[in-house]
Amino acid sequence: MTQKLLAKTEPDPSVVPTQNANVEGLYDEERAPKLTWKIYLRALFSDRVTLIAALFLIIMAVSALGAQFLAPFDPNQIDIMNRFMPPLSMTDAGQFHLLGTDQLGRDVLSRLMHGAQVSISIGFLGAICSGLLGITLGIIAGYKRGLFEDIVMRLVDGMQSLPSLLIALFVLFIIGGGYFNLVLVFTFLQWTVFCRMARSLTLNLRDSNFISAARVLGCTDARIMLRHILPNMVAPLMVLFTLEVAILILSEASLSFLGFGVQPPNASWGRMIASGRDHINTAWWLVTLPGLAIFLTALALNLLAGWCRAVSDPVHSSRWLTPKRKQNKQEG
Amino acid sequence: MNAMTEARTRVTGDRVDVSAAPIMSVEGLSVGFDTPHGPVQAVDNVSWSIRKGETLGIIGESGSGKSVGLETIMGLITSPPARISGQVLLDGQDILSMPQRQRRQLRGDRMAMIFQDALAALNPSLTIGTQISEVYRIRRGASRQAALDKAVELMDQVKIPSARSRLKAYPHEFSGGMCQRVMIAMALAMDPEILIADEPTTALDVTVQRQIMDLLQEVRRERGMSLILVTHDLGVVAECADRAVVMYSGRMAETATMRDLFRTPSHPYTRALLQAMPRVDARLERLQAIPGTPPTLSHIPSGCAFRPRCTFAQPRCAEEKPELRMLAAEHSAACHFAEAIREETSHD
Amino acid sequence: MPYLVRRAGHSAIMLLVVVSFVFFAGRMIGDPAIVMLGASASDTALEQLRNNLGLNDPLLMQYFRYVGGLVQGDLGVSFRYGFAQMPAERFMDGGGTPVMGLVLARLPQTLYLAAVALGGALALALVMGCLAAMYPRSWIDHLVNVLSLASVSVVQFWLGLVLIVLFAVHLGWLPTGGYGSWYHVILPALALGARPLGRVAQVTRSAMLDEMARPYVAAARAKGLPEHRIVSVHALKNAGIPVVTITGDELVQLVTGAILVETVFGWPGIGHLLVEALNNRDLPVLQGAILAVATLVIVVNLLVDITYTYLNPKVSLSSREN
Repeated sequence: MTQKLLAKTEPDPSVVPTQNANVEGLYDEERAPKLTWKIYLRALFSDRVTLIAALFLIIMAVSALGAQFLAPFDPNQIDIMNRFMPPLSMTDAGQFHLLGTDQLGRDVLSRLMHGAQVSISIGFLGAICSGLLGITLGIIAGYKRGLFEDIVMRLVDGMQSLPSLLIALFVLFIIGGGYFNLVLVFTFLQWTVFCRMARSLTLNLRDSNFISAARVLGCTDARIMLRHILPNMVAPLMVLFTLEVAILILSEASLSFLGFGVQPPNASWGRMIASGRDHINTAWWLVTLPGLAIFLTALALNLLAGWCRAVSDPVHSSRWLTPKRKQNKQEG
Repeated sequence: MNAMTEARTRVTGDRVDVSAAPIMSVEGLSVGFDTPHGPVQAVDNVSWSIRKGETLGIIGESGSGKSVGLETIMGLITSPPARISGQVLLDGQDILSMPQRQRRQLRGDRMAMIFQDALAALNPSLTIGTQISEVYRIRRGASRQAALDKAVELMDQVKIPSARSRLKAYPHEFSGGMCQRVMIAMALAMDPEILIADEPTTALDVTVQRQIMDLLQEVRRERGMSLILVTHDLGVVAECADRAVVMYSGRMAETATMRDLFRTPSHPYTRALLQAMPRVDARLERLQAIPGTPPTLSHIPSGCAFRPRCTFAQPRCAEEKPELRMLAAEHSAACHFAEAIREETSHD
Repeated sequence: MPYLVRRAGHSAIMLLVVVSFVFFAGRMIGDPAIVMLGASASDTALEQLRNNLGLNDPLLMQYFRYVGGLVQGDLGVSFRYGFAQMPAERFMDGGGTPVMGLVLARLPQTLYLAAVALGGALALALVMGCLAAMYPRSWIDHLVNVLSLASVSVVQFWLGLVLIVLFAVHLGWLPTGGYGSWYHVILPALALGARPLGRVAQVTRSAMLDEMARPYVAAARAKGLPEHRIVSVHALKNAGIPVVTITGDELVQLVTGAILVETVFGWPGIGHLLVEALNNRDLPVLQGAILAVATLVIVVNLLVDITYTYLNPKVSLSSREN
């Protein structure tokens, strides 16, 4: 019966080729539409909060990098005559201090810009160094497994269950404060975070087919780790890196407050809060402004990291990438 | 009445109460979502109804919109984020336009649902006893002890051995078949009139599948419940449904009584499904696989969605979307050539 | 229970590592006698102190003596604390303020502050996280998101200073610092609780969102359970594990936060003691305070691990490997 029916209703031969072409086109290319950068960019621009955060970070980066050229005054120039000038005030000499002056008459805005250089660069350098150390150890531990993994992960577990800032404090007490000692201490305390994540991502990847394929093709272990595993975990590691920069900027402030930061007269945001503390009743801006700078920078970094994570998350990303619907109530 | 239903289930496909008014009817239901690639239509203008004591099969491949439609009816998918239109009438009242609070009262009481993966559908950190009895306790205001007694009673009904001693067990201590029984007990706690079973046996072993289907038929018969059985397995539907709806890519391809569906399939997709099904009574003939794969919802072909895989396709199919047309009493299909195909098959 | 024993063993090893680190790192600063008496002390005085403290013995022997002392509850003696006007001869013979007493006197205040800060933060964070997960992408969700991000982005001691300026100096509602009745604890607890509030709220929110998307939630809805029960019983219990983990982590970080917050508010806790020891270069007190805090943290971690087994019935104490 089927033969008969099929013979009778067989589609017109002239139609068949186009239909086959149709099938090909449908199921090979159009089937899994790719998320292009346009979709990400559209999502970024439609998310106003994240966009503002990104713009704020760009402004911060520019004013930190260009502090030498952009700052209106020498950050360490003392002017005893014009101490404790509130924001938006003009000196007799006609100098305008947008954010006021401190207890030695130094321009707060200029000090904030130079302080940004110190605080942000310590955060970045610390995150880069700890990232390099942690990711290297994490990938090797996850890929090679065995005794090396055991030792590294025990170390990570141990270090993560201790209050890191307390250990940092003790170490700095012994080796003394300063820019490079801070970076050093941050590196040895924060690598564990990167290591743990890199290892778990490597464990997920190492059993996948493309790694087996690379191994069968005769790639060396080093090449597999560098060329095949590392590029596949860039997104989550970038998110972690952003968060770590924020954490380290906060930590720098805390340690500077206790006197382990950069040495005076150089400014960092943490030191500015510490030195402004004695004048908290009379000159609120000395404490408030640098703290606000830290707060906003860390907040912007956190917002950006949160957005990146949401967008790169395979489960929840569609919620973020879907353009918001205009309010139309005509259909139920 | 029991004897009557008994007789009906024995002769599958022969309904007795054709004239009875449906207890639930779905009219023009559409469900859409927004995705990064634009809106998709998961369910497109679907209409069917179910009578008291009836078993309705809903057949379709994964992604054909069968689960989405039923979850919308249950109120598990709601208007934002989804776009929902159409009506679902229960006792003549449109439940889609009811406020959330009122719809929640319907769940459990009037209609209940069991899911494909029973282990995932049970809360891993609460005991079986708690999960079966909690609705009864909260909604009916029963005491803890009374609710637990009710749970034991329900577990006996779904044939979980030594029920009382298992009240304190956790889902992971149960096998897949046992979990599905627990699900069924949970769904029956409030005596629903309609039970929706979303692929209840797909995740189970073949022998267990059989037991679960028998159990579902048994509880349906005992309680005079209506059963909506969602599946991609024609064999399951053939055995226990009175009528069936065949879905393809969010639209209804065909709806008919089981007898009509098997004797005179009128949509090429239904035909293809039947040819892909092994049959004991047929001559040993090669099973015909359906070429190609179902389309993703974001890229439904123009005109008839089945066109690229259809052996009957004509140029017209690419331009014109076939509407669902009545072919006979209780038999409709959405194909431009439905009458011709039906004629062909009925001559045979 | 072998798991518990093994877990406690890990804790003991951790503690020993910290003790060793604190001891040997402390010796790296230089001769303890010079650290204590100052560079201007006479050679005879230094020699006498070394003899009395056993500093001429081999380092390893000193180490074992130190560990032995710790086991008996002896954290050493401070030569700075309360000795400001005391002649050097007085502590030549090894006398001084026992560090153990100092630490024990300060510990309750820190625990009190930490309990108030964490308790308040936890309660509020759970509510915030659940609300955000119940109404994803609503204004509540956005508010919770921004609030929690803001509270983890703030420097705690700075927040403390701002709170003092606002509520103590300008409004005069609350004291600027010190320890006393219940209202003394409000501002320090607010400053200290900000970070755990944000972190726990974030983790609760994302864990709850994950749980709310699981099939068992759909099944619970299909049963006709009211939404509040689905959220507060079904989802929250399963979201509990990440929430407990982050709470444990935050408790560890709370201790470090307390160092600065206590300093800012003049709160007589162990953090304040630690900063005093830093400023006085008082090594025994510093070591004692760090050891006390580390012990506290290790015990908390142990408790957190035990809590898991309650939350997840699949993890029994004996079978938990990783």
